Amino acid sequence: MVDIPYEGIRGIPPAEVPDVELYHPRSWWTRYVFSQDAKVIAIQYSLTATAIGLVALVLSWLMRLQLGFPGTFSFIDANQYLQFITMHGMIMVIYLLTALFLGGFGNYLIPLMVGARDMVFPYVNMLSYWVYLLAVLVLASTFFVPGGPTGAGWTLYPPQAILSGTPGQDWGIILMMSSLILFIIGFTMGGLNYVVTVLQARTRGMTLMRLPLTVWGIFTATVMALLAFPALFVASVMLLLDRLLGTSFFMPSLVEMGTLSKYGGGSPLLFQHLFWFFGHPEVYIVALPAFGIVSDLISTHARKNIFGYRMMVWAIVAIGALSFIVWAHHMYVSGMFPQFGYFFATTTLIIAIPTAIKVYNWVLTLWRGDIHLTVPMLFALGFIITFVNGGLTGLFLGNVVVDVPLSDTMFVVAHFHMVMGVAPIMVVLGAIYHWYPKVTGRMLNEALGKFHFWVTFLGAYLIFFPMHYLGLLGVPRRYFELGDATFIPSSAHSLNAFISVVALTVGFSQLVFLFNLAWSLFKGEASGGNPWRATTLEWQTPETPPGHGNWGKELPVVYRWAYDYSVPGAAEDFIPQNQPPRATQLVQGAAS
Amino acid sequence: MAETVLTNPGQSPARLEGWRGIAADWASDQRAFKNVSWGKAMMWIFLLSDTFIFSCFLLSYMTARMSTTVPWPNPSEVFALNIGGNHIPLILIAIMTFVLISSSGTMAMAVNFGYRRDRVRTAILMLVTAAFGATFVGMQAFEWTKLIMEGVRPWGNPWGAPQFGASFFMITGFHGTHVTIGVIFLIAIARKVFRGDFDVERRGFFTSRKGYYEIVEITGLYWHFVDLVWVFIFAFFYLW
Repeated sequence: MVDIPYEGIRGIPPAEVPDVELYHPRSWWTRYVFSQDAKVIAIQYSLTATAIGLVALVLSWLMRLQLGFPGTFSFIDANQYLQFITMHGMIMVIYLLTALFLGGFGNYLIPLMVGARDMVFPYVNMLSYWVYLLAVLVLASTFFVPGGPTGAGWTLYPPQAILSGTPGQDWGIILMMSSLILFIIGFTMGGLNYVVTVLQARTRGMTLMRLPLTVWGIFTATVMALLAFPALFVASVMLLLDRLLGTSFFMPSLVEMGTLSKYGGGSPLLFQHLFWFFGHPEVYIVALPAFGIVSDLISTHARKNIFGYRMMVWAIVAIGALSFIVWAHHMYVSGMFPQFGYFFATTTLIIAIPTAIKVYNWVLTLWRGDIHLTVPMLFALGFIITFVNGGLTGLFLGNVVVDVPLSDTMFVVAHFHMVMGVAPIMVVLGAIYHWYPKVTGRMLNEALGKFHFWVTFLGAYLIFFPMHYLGLLGVPRRYFELGDATFIPSSAHSLNAFISVVALTVGFSQLVFLFNLAWSLFKGEASGGNPWRATTLEWQTPETPPGHGNWGKELPVVYRWAYDYSVPGAAEDFIPQNQPPRATQLVQGAAS
Repeated sequence: MAETVLTNPGQSPARLEGWRGIAADWASDQRAFKNVSWGKAMMWIFLLSDTFIFSCFLLSYMTARMSTTVPWPNPSEVFALNIGGNHIPLILIAIMTFVLISSSGTMAMAVNFGYRRDRVRTAILMLVTAAFGATFVGMQAFEWTKLIMEGVRPWGNPWGAPQFGASFFMITGFHGTHVTIGVIFLIAIARKVFRGDFDVERRGFFTSRKGYYEIVEITGLYWHFVDLVWVFIFAFFYLW
């Protein structure tokens, strides 16, 4: 890609859209609470997502206590265990990761990285956050209603999700569905903003093929979310109607607690199809922003241009498109027409190609790079390792014949935690260490950060790697306790206890991170505008943290791609995207 | 800001043909869709998302209808009216469809007059469109009442598969909600047009941004979409 850096020399066309007129807050309330500034909305999104994410973290501790030491903790009963599982999964996947990557990082980084003053419709963007907050509050309220939250498992499969006997059948399931519907409405308002901002509000010179990969990842994930969430919306509405009005969309005729239920004629499989038509793209809605962000982290901290930028972009787009035709690989044992398995296994394995391209390109970016083992870089490396690990076990589960015996075992739990739990969280943490200086003007403490990384990375590995082994033994997932099953050796029980101890340790080590966030806000070393000497636009703002409108008087003009690191002959080892070619005539000479 | 800029300096003099041209447009500077305002782009993308919602509803309904073991009620019997002693199948639905399609016509005329900045005619045509929409919703309410009086419920009906009532109320209800929201928007925008908000560039109450006559077209996009969805509901629910 030698030609990309020099493209700018041909000249930059004039602005097509006049500069925007911003809404200027006049009071404390409109500046910090009902703010229309994408940066404030991003922080609101991030804090809310983190808060509810901590609830899910505590739920995972309670589950681990029960699994590691069954019978010891009398305050956890079987119903509660199911409720913990359900809420942990739902919160982590949707209310934490989706909201944090798209609502948090998307809001903060998209306008800054494409050189816009704000999102295109700031008012709608603000509404997006408040509807999201409402969704979170409705979800959290289920802990306090009679019967507690739903215990249907995060997939909420009917018929059991709405039948008596499943915990939370009274209020939990109703509020869960309502909360999901609200989340989707709120997300749509934000998501439309992100997409239109990337497509239509870029600054002069910022062509799509000069966007940092972070923006590509978030953009593609948002497009996918706008097309995948409708299926969840419809499934939620129909399940809500089944529960509230007694319709039978998903409910077959069955006996409930010894009596024939009022339902009949519906198809539980239909729900699974709708759910996974959302659910599989959802995996990549979480993964693609992580792919994008980690590309930028690796390139910046290895002081080297990303290897194969164009292929990285196409791989993101290809993964996004393919992820819409693989959903039924979650349903091999559901009783669907078995020959569908051929099709879905094939498409699933094809996804390995663009994904492998990305992994090779990350590694080739590192190859002979000037690697700085900063905290963001450590997390990026941690991501590559955990993601490759989780991806490889995905090959097992993507093949029908191998999947059938592994279905509903701890192997599945280990796989998806590795690939869409630990790996994206690694990126989230790395990204926070990377962009915290831009958001606050101060660096996070590096010693605490390194401690945090090693405990989290090694700990997460120690938690989830042995879980594969438990799964191969046939230890089922979602079981309150294993009892005296003869096929489970006593070593499995000790392993469970070991995993629980590590899980609690890793969980508590996150307190170090939270302390670091709070402490550095006041006492952290001042960072300056561009502490990582990065090329992308968000580091070139006139103020740090960026002021209202991001860019002062003049919008930046972009002359080059986002990855001019260590350009031979250049004065510095990075050339910002908005630096005009005049200043690097040496390079031009070298190229010609 | 949000208005369309009709000059197009980003266009290169030599246009590329075919796929290369499409790729060049998409990858071009500043805007992927030239001369498309932010609002219009956002409405198109929203409609794409909404298409997926209606598709999921209709596919779910078709799944239920195809897999049910109980006979499905015959729509031309269920949706027949006795008018003047004649038993006419689907007559109400035919009238509803005619009304809604007509409203698309008046909407298109409103868009035309909007761009001519003829605010009185634009406002009147938008109100006519809204009236057609309200008539449609009114007839739908009549149809719901009639079916409920005959014993159709979301959980069952006298003639066959219980999914008939469930799908019917859900899909027409969801579409009717769309029409109702459209009517409210039409009235709100018509008021703004009539008051001359877009001539004096008055700022919006919530967003404090200036509005433009283009909002008439954007409202029109939504309205035509709602009509188009009805055609599919009509075909798949009533004619099947």
